[in-house]
Amino acid sequence: MKRGWPVRAAQVIVAVLGGASACASRAAPDVVHGEQVYVRCMACHALANDRVGPHHCGLFGRLAGSVPNFDYSPAMKRANIVWNDKTLDQFLAAPLKMVPGSSMTYDGVADPKDRSDLIAYLKRANDLPACAPRTPDAGGTKADRPRR
Amino acid sequence: MSFFHMPTPIAARRLFIGQSGLVLSGAAVALLAGRDALAAASGAADPKDVQILNTALGAELEAIAAYQLGAESKLLQKPVLDLALSFQGHHKEHAALLAKTIEQLGGKAVIAKANYHFPADQLKSQADVLRFAAKLEQGAVSAYLGAVPLFANRDLSKAAASILGDEAMHWAVLRQALGETPVVPSAFMA
Repeated sequence: MKRGWPVRAAQVIVAVLGGASACASRAAPDVVHGEQVYVRCMACHALANDRVGPHHCGLFGRLAGSVPNFDYSPAMKRANIVWNDKTLDQFLAAPLKMVPGSSMTYDGVADPKDRSDLIAYLKRANDLPACAPRTPDAGGTKADRPRR
Repeated sequence: MSFFHMPTPIAARRLFIGQSGLVLSGAAVALLAGRDALAAASGAADPKDVQILNTALGAELEAIAAYQLGAESKLLQKPVLDLALSFQGHHKEHAALLAKTIEQLGGKAVIAKANYHFPADQLKSQADVLRFAAKLEQGAVSAYLGAVPLFANRDLSKAAASILGDEAMHWAVLRQALGETPVVPSAFMA
């Protein structure tokens, strides 16, 4: 009877480690890391202001190509995409593959975890002071808050 | 900040701008415009390449405006002010070259906006300005890195990589000025 114990213990350990591994692969998005990933976007984007690219406050639930007075590419205007976790993940992976002709001429964020964290940050960023109500000429306002 | 009080780098930079810079600019013009001028003449330029260059030009024009904001903020003291103006000068060179290349490829170069929205109200010290510039430069490195593999013309990829290297140097120097360590935080950029 005792000889069976090591085998059963090993089975338990394997099961626990396997479970831990599975948990790790489904780890919650890391918003802090997502903010670090967002720096990659900052040559062209900001949360609150339109720059080379449109502002990101209120991104979730927004129709692509719909920020007023922003000069979108024709491709983005007719993309007919609503930004959510799924569409953002797809777009960020390969922007020009999802929207050929977009002026976001960027190869994409290859790492799925980076994308997941970035998307979590963009979602959370809506609650940051940068996305708080501002003067009328500012890019992003609470009026842009997402329809979650 | 002792880095900026060392006379040698400044002298070296002046020497670089006064001599080598002109040579490099000439080489870059040839790199960006040489073969593609011929390609454009035959209508063979890839429209996607023109779009990539225009997006880069838009970002360069904005960077020029950002450094102008910093220069006029009265928050930058010499020699940091000189450094910022030097970096702005690089961005002006990038922008001029990109615009020229776009035109030679048969495209229409974007022009600077009448107004840019920067978080000026959050810039209250020299460090704030440097931190703001460092983020833009880091973003520029990533933007060029994301553009390099997209060009149909590999000569343009090479030219974009050349600009990327310049942006990376700006970023590192700004981090040094801010006292951020390590100055070069990783072996790879993303």
